[in-house]
Amino acid sequence: MTPTARPTVAVWKFASCDGCQLSILDCEEELLKLAGTVRIAYFLEMSRASIKGPYDLSLVEGSITTAGDVERIKQVRSQSRKLITIGACATAGGIQGLRNFAASGQYASVVYAHPEYINALDTSTPVSAHVPVDLELYGCPIDRTQLLSVLTAILAGRRPRVPGHSVCEECKGRGTVCLLVSRGTPCLGPVTRAGCGALCPAVDRGCFGCFGPTDTANTASLAGELRGQGLTPVDTSRLFRTFNATAPAFLAESVAQGGAPPVAVNGPGRDPAEGD
Amino acid sequence: MTHGSGERTISVEGLARVEGEGSLRVEVHDGIVGEVALEIFEPPRYFEAMLVGRNFTEAPDITSRICGICPVAYQMSACAAMEDACGTVIDERIRVLRRLLYCGEWIQSHALHVYLLHAPDFLGCADAVELAERDKQAVERGLDLKRTGNLVMETVGGRAVHPVNVRVGGFYRAPSPEAVAALAEPLFRARDQALTTVEWVAGFDFPDVEVDYRFVALREPDRYAIESGRAVSSDGLDLSPAELAELVVEEHVERSTALHARLGGRDQYLTGPLARYSLNSAMLPPLAAEAAAGAGLGPVCNNPFRSIVVRAVELVFACDEALSLVENYVPPDPPAATVVPRARSGAGATEAPRGLLFHTYELDESGTILKARIVPPTSQNQLTIESDLRQVAQDALDLGDDELQWRCEQAVRNHDPCISCAAHFLDVTIESS
Repeated sequence: MTPTARPTVAVWKFASCDGCQLSILDCEEELLKLAGTVRIAYFLEMSRASIKGPYDLSLVEGSITTAGDVERIKQVRSQSRKLITIGACATAGGIQGLRNFAASGQYASVVYAHPEYINALDTSTPVSAHVPVDLELYGCPIDRTQLLSVLTAILAGRRPRVPGHSVCEECKGRGTVCLLVSRGTPCLGPVTRAGCGALCPAVDRGCFGCFGPTDTANTASLAGELRGQGLTPVDTSRLFRTFNATAPAFLAESVAQGGAPPVAVNGPGRDPAEGD
Repeated sequence: MTHGSGERTISVEGLARVEGEGSLRVEVHDGIVGEVALEIFEPPRYFEAMLVGRNFTEAPDITSRICGICPVAYQMSACAAMEDACGTVIDERIRVLRRLLYCGEWIQSHALHVYLLHAPDFLGCADAVELAERDKQAVERGLDLKRTGNLVMETVGGRAVHPVNVRVGGFYRAPSPEAVAALAEPLFRARDQALTTVEWVAGFDFPDVEVDYRFVALREPDRYAIESGRAVSSDGLDLSPAELAELVVEEHVERSTALHARLGGRDQYLTGPLARYSLNSAMLPPLAAEAAAGAGLGPVCNNPFRSIVVRAVELVFACDEALSLVENYVPPDPPAATVVPRARSGAGATEAPRGLLFHTYELDESGTILKARIVPPTSQNQLTIESDLRQVAQDALDLGDDELQWRCEQAVRNHDPCISCAAHFLDVTIESS
């Protein structure tokens, strides 16, 4: 590939913490090589120079939480040959998806003295709820090695592979003794997608599901096990309801355990003065 | 276009090389800078509302998601506030391990800001990639420093972005002495690289700007404060975290930028490296103090553009401090204190790389969070950043529009604002008692 034909990559941010974009900058030694292989055409966190679209590839961080962002993600899609979501927010709505379970305007009124100044939707939704997505990367944050392997595959014209199996296999791979079985530590590993390298069980901590559900998550079976070990319904529901609370499999299980179902609808923010 | 007089508007819609989404606007009428605004258009994420009803043990993980660049700062302030509420006494070995983890974050975040976000401004480059075309060695040095910071966070925290090993009371598992000892070699290299960084940035050209800042930072009696301390100010405040939280009054106004801070007639303050250095430079260990003197810094630094030098000095400090913590490491056993919740309020304040971050929580007897309040550095700094912008723009009106715009962007980047953090919170007012 000649230098002039380097594919263009754009990085976009919606509602998020910047941690997944930072994972791109964390590619340290690979970063300069990457910058030589692709043309980083738009990446505000990294550069004040930008090139107009269309782009060969867009990486999108963050969930959709404002009416303006509903429009912006459509523009991003229309300028992008391929669109990959990076991280729990863009792929599954993220931690801010917890607002979906609150009454309209309730969250704004807890945080802000004048909720009427706040122009945000009642929901946090994944990018795929608004536009077609070519590939979704999970994780809060994404794993930078996984990101690099996906980018490498795409640049080589290969189909990227994202694991669909569970964290349990990663624990087995690194020789970590099962916390759920040996100590009764609540752990979402059996239903959580691999990709992090089973970091939490390696420090004696149960998985808290930041890579979202596996393709075939049997959450009911795990919830039964957790309940059998004495975890209360409230705590079981809460375990499924943190960084990927609105991912369908986790959402369904948190509701099955007695958690309130989502009440917010995906529409423009209502005037809190209207009441609930 | 007439320079120095007439009507001009400098407007940057998407501010680059800062964390988060913001814009700036400077209006000039008849050669006088009028309205200036650092606008924050990050959507709110309502962290304080999400925390209500959650267990006190969940706050470090949930609040770390406010910022991917300084997650340890959020974790440490949350832990400190919860331990204050619960009356938990923290073992010295745990405190040392937290300080080591925090040094990792300072190294990572400062290396990122100095090399990838800030230095390109001084060298006329759009970004670090362009800088690398000119001076590859420098950028590689910065990336290697950053990697060492990440390595410290991975070794102690289990992951660089959103560490998994932190809990209220301490850690889930203490890293082994072997794993910690393995940090010494990269930290030695990093310390040398940090010293080179100080020399490198000290040679940049700095606009001649002096600002009469009101500094606020944590202070410890026996060390350069990071993970604990009392909040002191350049005009004589000396407050516990709880007292600080009480004095800082938040006001929500329609324009995201309209912060109103009041204290005895002076209406703003600055936290972050300039404040820490200016209030605590006497506490720096010899190596960092010598580096500062060699770079021409006095005991106080009032030039915002020189904040890059101060960050480089803090890089030396953080590498040096991490090395000494590594050399004296004894794993805490147990790795965490037992924390028994009680129906109380608690406050915690720590020094995030970009400034003072404090949390307060109110718990019930089961440890459920009834109320949460989080005040990040950029919310506290925003009014000062705007007034810097006004002064810097006024002094630079003879520049052409493109150069003036760049200078204004730089005036904002001087303070390493974290807009994702700031967006989710209220505007800040400080009132004197």
